[in-house]
Amino acid sequence: MTDLFSKFDPLIEQRRALLAGGVEDPFNLVMERVISPTVAVCNGRETILLGTYNYMGMTFDPDVIAAGKQALDDYGSGTTGSRVLNGTYAGHKACEQALKDFYGMDHAMVFSTGYQANLGIISTMAGKGDYIILDIDSHASIWDGCKMGDAEVVPFKHNDIVAMEKRLKRVPEGAGKLVILEGVYSMLGDIAPLKEMIRVAKDHGAMVLVDEAHSMGFIGPNGRGVAEDQGCLDDVDFVIGTFSKSVGTVGGFCVSNHPKFEILRLVCRPYVFTASLPPSVMHTATTSIRKLMHGADKRAHLWANSRTLHQGLRDKGFSLGTPEAQSAIIAVIMPDLERGAAMWEALLHEGLYVNLARPPATPAGMTLLRCSLCAEHTADQVQTIIGMFERAGKAVGII
Amino acid sequence: MDRAATAEKIADLIGPFNKKGIEVTDATTFAGDLEWDSLTVMDFVAAIEDEFDIIISMNQQAEIENYGQLIDAVTKLQG
Repeated sequence: MTDLFSKFDPLIEQRRALLAGGVEDPFNLVMERVISPTVAVCNGRETILLGTYNYMGMTFDPDVIAAGKQALDDYGSGTTGSRVLNGTYAGHKACEQALKDFYGMDHAMVFSTGYQANLGIISTMAGKGDYIILDIDSHASIWDGCKMGDAEVVPFKHNDIVAMEKRLKRVPEGAGKLVILEGVYSMLGDIAPLKEMIRVAKDHGAMVLVDEAHSMGFIGPNGRGVAEDQGCLDDVDFVIGTFSKSVGTVGGFCVSNHPKFEILRLVCRPYVFTASLPPSVMHTATTSIRKLMHGADKRAHLWANSRTLHQGLRDKGFSLGTPEAQSAIIAVIMPDLERGAAMWEALLHEGLYVNLARPPATPAGMTLLRCSLCAEHTADQVQTIIGMFERAGKAVGII
Repeated sequence: MDRAATAEKIADLIGPFNKKGIEVTDATTFAGDLEWDSLTVMDFVAAIEDEFDIIISMNQQAEIENYGQLIDAVTKLQG
């Protein structure tokens, strides 16, 4: 018998070697108690959270919590059904209305996760004979959506407008074209030149899908994302987003002005063949989305946090993923996986949690310590974080 | 362009990517023999696409494992 697991042997060996060195397992951390959006207890130690995507700190918002508790009382713990059968409650419709209001768009469709939103929309919309032109650094959910569909998949170099245009020009006459971009690329925290890219895509007759998972609630005058910030949201055909970041719960969505959009509810398999989100999740999401519309002060504070951390880490001699703070993600580049894991552990002992990211999730084989800031981090916490990085960086020999 | 002429052009293009100077025959595989990672593959594919003004989609790339298959595919894609 061939052991189907033998293909994982190299990874098993890499993990074994890493953990044999005595380093704490970076992919097995347990949050024992969560005190606030920015502090939790891990391994009995109070830890500042700097790797959570909880950008707007909504997870402990009193109105959000109250809405969830009320929904549990009123509607029960779950829907036990698909959106197209018994799984659409008043809360699902209210949540879709909140999204339409938030983005100023005609249609909104809520999925059970952000991953499923990309998987479903992309695989359903781009079919046999169509062409998907996408950035090579696209998120796994986008790639999986491409793989699940039957379209021809054509990647181009990250954020390279010329490379994208060359590929658009070569698509056979008459074929359907979908260009897929992200507002913020989550590994390095860099943003896309959406305005120019979308103009080029439109010039070549392509429809445009933009994943704004890491910008919602934070980037743009109304928190609608990078496309809003660059003044090109009206040219985006489909915006994909998530509730598991700024919104502070779980779920995914697509908003659009396409007149035939609603038909997707019947033909999109990751929407149809799964249970809908629990009512409590819909009510927490709805309350959070509506509060994010009025989050200008929090947005300003989050930007200040992001810029301060970026400047502080750069001044201490760390190598960062972007020349300046472009989003709420600051990626610190590690020389290799071994020292990245050592640095991750040293930070944890200091009382700081960040994300350790490594290939294949990262571009160009990099090992990264990814920091994501929260609007609820105080200015003092950010200074404390910079001090922790300095001590850990010196201990591990990175700076 | 016929297969021979196509092969000649691809031989020129592969030079800068063949950093270990491995002798390339039709049977040489990209992942196994040349040990290319996904980024190197993308840059090499982009160089070929630009030279011949074609698209080699990911779907087509999945069918191309060795050098000979690449030359066949590019010859065919030029129509």
